[in-house]
Amino acid sequence: MLARMTGALRFSPAEIAGFAILAAVVFLVLPLALDTFRLNLAGKYLTYAFVAVGLVLCWGAGGILSLGQGVFFGLGGYCMAMFLKLEASTPAATRIQSTPGIPDFMDWNQLTALPWWWEPFHSLAFSLVAVVAVPVALAWIIGLAMFRRRVGGVYFAIITQSLAAILTILVIGQQGFTGGVNGITDLRTLLGWDIRTDAAKEILYFVNGALLFACLLLARFILKSKLGRVLVAMRDQEDRVRFSGYDVAQFKMFIFCAGAAFAGVGGAMFTLQVGFMSPTLVGIVPSIEMVIFCAVGGRLSILGAVYGTLLVNWAKTTFSESFPELWLLGLGALFIGVVMAFPNGLAGLYADHVEPRIRALLAWLGVRGAMPAPVAGGAAREMAPARSVAGGRQSGRSLQARGGASPEPGP
Amino acid sequence: MFAYSLSELGAILAMQGFAGLILFSVFVLMALGLAIIFGQMGVINMAHGEFMILGAYVTYLMSNLFGGFLPALFGAYFFISTVFAFFASGALGIFVEWALIRHLYRRPLDTLLATWAVSLILQQVYRSVFGAREVGVTIPDWMMGSLPVTDLIEVPINGLCVMALALAVSLGVWLLLFRSTWGRQVRAIKQNRVMAAAVGINTEWTDRLTFGIGCGVAGMAGSAFTMIGSTGPTAGQLYIVDTFLVVVFGGAASLLGTVASALSISQAQSIMEFFLSGSMAKVLTLLLVVTILMLRPQGLFAVRLRK
Repeated sequence: MLARMTGALRFSPAEIAGFAILAAVVFLVLPLALDTFRLNLAGKYLTYAFVAVGLVLCWGAGGILSLGQGVFFGLGGYCMAMFLKLEASTPAATRIQSTPGIPDFMDWNQLTALPWWWEPFHSLAFSLVAVVAVPVALAWIIGLAMFRRRVGGVYFAIITQSLAAILTILVIGQQGFTGGVNGITDLRTLLGWDIRTDAAKEILYFVNGALLFACLLLARFILKSKLGRVLVAMRDQEDRVRFSGYDVAQFKMFIFCAGAAFAGVGGAMFTLQVGFMSPTLVGIVPSIEMVIFCAVGGRLSILGAVYGTLLVNWAKTTFSESFPELWLLGLGALFIGVVMAFPNGLAGLYADHVEPRIRALLAWLGVRGAMPAPVAGGAAREMAPARSVAGGRQSGRSLQARGGASPEPGP
Repeated sequence: MFAYSLSELGAILAMQGFAGLILFSVFVLMALGLAIIFGQMGVINMAHGEFMILGAYVTYLMSNLFGGFLPALFGAYFFISTVFAFFASGALGIFVEWALIRHLYRRPLDTLLATWAVSLILQQVYRSVFGAREVGVTIPDWMMGSLPVTDLIEVPINGLCVMALALAVSLGVWLLLFRSTWGRQVRAIKQNRVMAAAVGINTEWTDRLTFGIGCGVAGMAGSAFTMIGSTGPTAGQLYIVDTFLVVVFGGAASLLGTVASALSISQAQSIMEFFLSGSMAKVLTLLLVVTILMLRPQGLFAVRLRK
């Protein structure tokens, strides 16, 4: 057992280099190159990276495409925002309201008392637990209902998407309880510490980065362990894994819950750094955008997902600042390009074109053992299906995929 | 609800029921196209709403064209533009199938993402061409107003037109799928692609035509939609979730199931809308549908397949 654990913990030199480069980018290059405003923006992008890493686990490794990750991001964010809002709404700060001591939007909507389910969010400990527990609980319920009945693929995507729609409509409709379309705004302090100052924003950026790395290491551990192997096997040949005696539904539920937990943490960090939470981050469009971040970075690579998130968001900000008309066209074209030509995203490009060059260069320099042999190299390669994703599964398998509209379990 | 007399309550129920019927017609029109594409081909077309909006914009253009140049025929422009909408959306659908979808048949989840990218691009194109503001068409005089049935119950004429169109399109799709050569070929391919190709069916062309017809039906839905609401570049995205749920809830491969689920979802929503706020009615309906789908993933009318 212990040997297996340490086996999963052992890093190859290429992996160490990959993590070190990302750490350098996140903790050195960005903070040194950007002013506080831009750094805060980069921190906001990195909160989406939590979701993208979760999607690598669910979608890339597990083959479960969820179009409702925004729901979990939003739930995490709202749990944090509720705590911060209650702290900001002291009776002294809200004495001009007709009912002092409740959040301002409740007062505007003629509520006279705090709803009972807001009460526990007075406690920071409860809120921090809820940031992870609420998304995981919802994911667990969804997983229990769907995976036990062997609903997967396209059906799962549609159902999770409708959940995103439901939550958005609910949050907007119940504005007395949730702040409606504006969301929960005007968040000020965390246990008396002002989160709006430049210094606080920089500290939060580093906290966010550290949490992201914790999630990355956890995700890597999951993927490298036996669990990760079973996930990949399940994605490619679900029936064979089931016939081998594995409880496929349990594995799917676990990985879906893990993705939800990551998204929840990301949402909470978003609230802390940006200072509000609103339903625009929960709905269908942001949920699909998060899938795009993951796909651009490479759906099989956790590090690629982080780069993909940073790159797409940077492009979004730059384009929508200077050419707002072109942004949607550019995003659409980028996405079609990724899906059609580079199904493994940036990580795939790196593994196919950059990595061999580096290896050749190192060999030319005479460094031995600096890079492992190509067979073992790169997490993306190990996780890729037997034939490349672009090649698709051939003949007989493809028929099944075409007829895959029926939700009944396979033959 | 106790403040109403019995006859008033009856009239309210009838009116809400009729509003539900109009919603039902729109759902049926939207879902039929998707049922063809998703049910028969297994392709997730996230751009379905945008194909619908294309039909709506075609109707808007035709309305301006007839208003400006052919005022004599203005009363009939709606029917002509419905046909145009079918061909415009169908042609775009065939192009998208040729350019994108045919490369992705083996990766259903990727089709979903690629067609979502198509929907983004189309939205931006609509915004650039027609402007970000919603546009409405001029409804011919004879379609305005309503028919009084009793003292309390009135039936809007444009709603009747939408219902008539939904009925006609449903009949047309049924005839196409179950009584035409194309329909036979589509069903043959769905059952066994290799054998269908072996007996001489041009599967590639049939796929393309199927996608085109599905998108064309979406265009007609959009055209009908202009009669009861205005059209904006992002309007399509509002309906895509409803439409998918209608199709999945009905059982993907069953046309009858699609109609039945459109009926139950629309009636549930419009009756609840009277007693609750609009958003809560929608949330409850969607939650109900999702819960039922979790318990019965094959939908209302599952087609029995021998596996």
